[in-house]
Parts: sequence; structure tokens; C-alpha cells
Amino acid sequence: MTPFVLKRPASIAEATGAFTGDAAWLAGGHTLIPAMKARLRAVDTLIDISKLPGLDRIAREGDRLIIGAMVRHAAVASSPVVHAAIPGLSSLASGIGDPQVRNRGTIGGSVANNDPAADYPAALLALDATIETNLGTHAAEDFFQGMFTTALADGELITSVSFRIPVASAYAKHRHPASRYALAGVYAARFPEAVRVAVSGATTAVTRWPAAEAAIAAGAPLPTTLESEDLATDIHASAEFRAHLAGVMLRQAAESLAA
Amino acid sequence: MAASLNINGTAHSADVPDATLLVEYLRDHLGLTGTHIGCDTSQCGACNVLVDGAAAKACTLLVATLDGANITTIEGLGTADALHPMQQAFRTHHALQCGFCTPGMVIAGVAIAETHGAVVTDATIRHELEGNLCRCTGYQNIVTAIAAGAREMASSS
Repeated sequence: MTPFVLKRPASIAEATGAFTGDAAWLAGGHTLIPAMKARLRAVDTLIDISKLPGLDRIAREGDRLIIGAMVRHAAVASSPVVHAAIPGLSSLASGIGDPQVRNRGTIGGSVANNDPAADYPAALLALDATIETNLGTHAAEDFFQGMFTTALADGELITSVSFRIPVASAYAKHRHPASRYALAGVYAARFPEAVRVAVSGATTAVTRWPAAEAAIAAGAPLPTTLESEDLATDIHASAEFRAHLAGVMLRQAAESLAA
Repeated sequence: MAASLNINGTAHSADVPDATLLVEYLRDHLGLTGTHIGCDTSQCGACNVLVDGAAAKACTLLVATLDGANITTIEGLGTADALHPMQQAFRTHHALQCGFCTPGMVIAGVAIAETHGAVVTDATIRHELEGNLCRCTGYQNIVTAIAAGAREMASSS
């Protein structure tokens, strides 16, 4: 890693004041630190947000589930509050990476990073989430703006994510066997008035799947492949394979939804 | 930035550059070379340690962020004359060949045993071992050893 100065602020005000020049927030660090070690990323200032108060809460508030930005994947996976409100989210969290990654990685970090094959972004889109920051609120729909791109301004800090609690929801993913990232992941959620489906991994950025939403809502036959102009293709899987795999994951998620 | 850490029961004040990784501090500053550097890319688990009781990859943690943490490395589990039950189980069940991944496997095994207790199933052990790579054994004996070690830890506690 190239040298940097680490700061450990104890308040949001102190944290935003420390964010000057070429700086980055450090949450769980399980994407950022490997990227810095590989010299894909270099910063002058790293600001550890783990001491900031209030970022580790999990709470149900009416029809919303609030999860603080520093809540680690293992804590989401094991939380009785999460399981009672959105069991599909517990299941998703228990399948991120591996146990050591889940013990450190955070929901805020995953959301801010917006990896096209990460799990949380699909859940946020399907569960009509909002992203709370030190500057305001973003709807998930507007927040994710393409591969590794979000609506966050420079220095804007995610403080929590608020999920709308569905009637039922489920996540199905086919993992890359080494990285555990999604080759295709489908999060399906049923609300009283609508069904929402989002796809991760199969496309170059997390996206809703309107045809799947309409089919589940109508009880009609599900699409067998994902029709998209933005299918991902790389050494791990072709676009055609991913389009088909998304269809398989959709079927699995829809079956869990009906169960 | 200096950090105060408790490592294997001993207090340390780490006054190191901010970019220092925990695994570098353990190996290069304290001589605790039982924690291995395998892939150095957060995948293989050879550098596993317990941070406040939870398994974590020491190659992906900055020392300066661990102020106040309790760290347990493989050296903190047992001694050559008095092996920890999980170490003894690895020995009994021949759960290693070259031994490179073994410290991280034993640490993962201890975390699994402390989380799931004596009744842990092989399926759970395999799920919980996804962050540890072994290139020799094919994992079967490691799974057997962790199940046995978990039973032994429960009965001896």
C-alpha cells in the first residue's frame, strides 16, 4: 500500500471535517484494503468510521427495517430483528463472501461500493430501500447509477439503510465458487400492491427486472432468460449463460416467495 | 497512530505506520510467525486470527483500527506440550499434510466450535470453512477434526 494517514473520528462532524483532499471512508475494509494492497487505489487520508456513534443499530420502525451503515454482514445474518422482519435479507447476508469476510464487511461499505455482482444492491432495489447519509436521503432507484457508481457526492457518508418490509421476499444466487460473488443473483419481493424483482451479477449494473415482476404478480409463466442489452460477459461466464442463469435464479426465488 | 492491543493475553502498544496490516505487525514486529501469509488477497484464510472472538483475516485489517481489541493467534491457543483440543484433534485425525493452511484452519475451527458447540454438523462446518483454502487434504479430515475438536472443547469447558 502507498502510505496514508488514518483518522478515527468520534463524531459525524469530526469525520466530515477530516474528509479533505484525496480521502476515503473506511468501514469494514474488505474491498477497499485489498484494492489498496493491489495498488488499484491510493489515498492520502483514510477515515475509519467504526467509532462513529449510531452506525451499528438494527431497528424496526413501523413498516421499515433500519440497518446502520457499520452493521457487519454476520450481524445482519444473525439478527432476530432482521429475521423477523425480512428473513430473505438474513439469508442473503449469510451467503456473502465467507465467515471471516462477514465478520468484518459492512452493509454501508457494500452499498457505497456498488459492485455489479454484490448482493446487497439487489436487495435494496427490490425492497424499495432508502439510503440515509450525512447530507440527506437517496431512494435506491436513484442511488445505484451503474457499475461502481452511486449518487454519493465526494465526502458524503452513508449512515443507514432503510428497507421497506415486504409481505414476503427471497434471494437466490449462483455464486462464483472462488469469490462467492453472484454470477447471477435475483431478489424478489412481494408487497401488498406490487412485486419487485432486482438482478445482480448478470448485468453490468444492478437492475430491476420488470418482466419478472409482471409475471410473478399475474401468476403467469416466468421469463426463462433475462432480456437485457447490458448483460455482463467475462472469463467466468458468457452473457448467454448469465441470461439463462438469471432465469434459473428467478425461478428459485419465486418458488421461495410462494412457499 | 498508536494502538493498544491485547495479543494472546499480553498488552502491546503498537506504534507503527498507519498502513501496517495486522499480519505484518504479528509476524514482523512481534515474531509471531504462526499466522501465515498465503494469498495476501483476503481469500485463503491462512492468516486467520480471532478478533474479540470472531475469526478475521489479518491480511485485511489495519493495526491502527484495532485499538482496544483482543487478538488470539495460533500461538495463543496451546503449546507444544499442551495442545489446544482443536490442535490435538487436527493431529489425531491427520487433518494436515504440508501444514501451511493449518494455523488458519485451527483458528477457524475454534470459531466454529465456539459458535455452534459440540453438535455442529459436517454441513455447517463445510459452510463455515468457505474462507479457508487447503491445497493438500481435500478437506475431509479437516472437517472430521473440527467436529471432534468441537466435541472435545465442549466436554472440557
